[in-house]
Amino acid sequence: MNVVEASGLGKRYGRTWALRECTLEIPAGRVAALVGPNGAGKTTLLNLAVGLSAPSAGAVTVLGGRRAGSPAALDGIAFVAQDTPLYKTLSVADMIYIARSLNRRFDQPYARARLEELGIPPKRKAGKLSGGQQSQLALTLALARRPRLLVLDEPVAMLDPVARHDFMATVLAAVSDYGVSVLLSSHVLTELERVANYLILLSRGQVRLAGEVDDLLAIHGQASLEELAMTYLREIPAGAAQ
Amino acid sequence: MTAQTMPAQPKETLNLRPVPWRRMLGVTWRQHRIALVGVAALLVVLAVWLWIAGTSVHHAYAAVLACHPAGSAACQDLASTFNGTWNSVSYWTIFLQLVPALIGAFVGAPVLARELETGTFRFAWTQGFERWRWALAKLVALAVVLAAATFAFSALVSWCYQPFLGANNQDLGIYGNSPLVTVFSLREVTFPAWTVATFAIGALAGMLIRRVVPAIVAALAVYAGLAVAAAAFLREHYLTPLVTSDSNVPGTAWIIGQWWTKNGRFAFAGNPPDSLLSQCSFPQGPGGKGGVGGGVAGPPSSVNPFAQCLAPHGYAEWNSFQPASRFWPFQWIEGGWLLLLAALLIALTIWLVHRRAA
Repeated sequence: MNVVEASGLGKRYGRTWALRECTLEIPAGRVAALVGPNGAGKTTLLNLAVGLSAPSAGAVTVLGGRRAGSPAALDGIAFVAQDTPLYKTLSVADMIYIARSLNRRFDQPYARARLEELGIPPKRKAGKLSGGQQSQLALTLALARRPRLLVLDEPVAMLDPVARHDFMATVLAAVSDYGVSVLLSSHVLTELERVANYLILLSRGQVRLAGEVDDLLAIHGQASLEELAMTYLREIPAGAAQ
Repeated sequence: MTAQTMPAQPKETLNLRPVPWRRMLGVTWRQHRIALVGVAALLVVLAVWLWIAGTSVHHAYAAVLACHPAGSAACQDLASTFNGTWNSVSYWTIFLQLVPALIGAFVGAPVLARELETGTFRFAWTQGFERWRWALAKLVALAVVLAAATFAFSALVSWCYQPFLGANNQDLGIYGNSPLVTVFSLREVTFPAWTVATFAIGALAGMLIRRVVPAIVAALAVYAGLAVAAAAFLREHYLTPLVTSDSNVPGTAWIIGQWWTKNGRFAFAGNPPDSLLSQCSFPQGPGGKGGVGGGVAGPPSSVNPFAQCLAPHGYAEWNSFQPASRFWPFQWIEGGWLLLLAALLIALTIWLVHRRAA
């Protein structure tokens, strides 16, 4: 099963194509890293996959052929958007209540236990939490839905190194404990080195490279994911229209 | 390499039972409790004031009713006391017109604008509750709560105004007006309807503008335009006015138009031309023709001096008016189109939520 399948997928804002002719298949059970410079179309691709926006061209399905944004798709995907939007004036307990109410499945004991572990008090307002705590809260709410696919948009971009490490550790624990597939975007390559085993390289709205990390490293003779990505991103001359 | 050992479960989730609607009640309450508590506080404060003012109005009215004989000087004093009490109360009730606008705009505009402004729509719209259902549940729940609260409040307004709208008040020396004009938009149907309509305008404005404060301002502006249009142009056309050539139109009627005919043909509307006026002489000069003037029977206010003067010249006065008996039909007509408008705007808002690209 493919957790994300796109064919000829495109998204246009006005006259600019944020994403063009995107065709890819992300198999289940992977931690897939969506890598590319700012403005490459990473957020656009993720928004299409979670059904927040509709494609201008082509199609995208998730979790084995479910239309992105359909009830069946929403049921199996949890999304943590960029800057982890939360209702800042509501308490942590209220956020849990809301997430539980809006989903068919919600593992409340998991959520409560996890937040206690993190030392996040239920009565604290979400807006009063530190950046690291806010992203942990958003991640916990997402994982408590017991999704089959977890989508994270730039999850660690705003975090300090310790918070970054803790966040990725939570993600990896969920992968090994529950077998959740992960699709995450980032421009911080070093963070992905340890966690990603599938890579999608995006640049100027187009997919440049996609595949298992080990295969790609072997084929291209690079030692690390970072080197591979840098090489590929440098190969495209600045300003070249493809 | 897409072959996986994961157990294929294609059927399991295809016919998902949707998340129950009722769960949105708790969600809506948690997200909007500050606004709803604010609305409740505003209405309670105003209700206390109305209760105090209304009690003194009712006392003054009871004193007038209990007084016999009605025409005596003592009773006229009581009537003027009532009118005085009333004037001070009714002056302030003008500001109640703002209540539906403020409630509607301040509750309605942030519903979507705040989600879009702070980015939390990315959280809300990616949960298992489909986003159009989420928007529908929220908007309907809030609209119903606002309608119920403002209905209760308008019942209190009506109670406060009750003495003023008594049928035979003019005999008692109490100044009367048509209930079709007096606080028409503060009554039990129109007051909640204006609130819900402004709420829907605010919700749509929030969806289109995507920012809270500009959406509130836009909602208030649209409300103001609609309210002025309704009061100045629409309301008098809700039903075809009655027309009579009898100049004794009931005091509780809402006069829409007044004109004169001569020998069955339209002559003029409004003030008579000077050439005609010069043939009349008021108030007590020598009457041109016999039988005009001099009459002393009946209260002077009910006799139109123009009519007295012009009738012998073949002129007849016509009035078009809305009788006070049309009060409830008018309430329902205005409430009806406002609620229909609100329903359309809410439907449009939900459609935009459904198809909006992030």
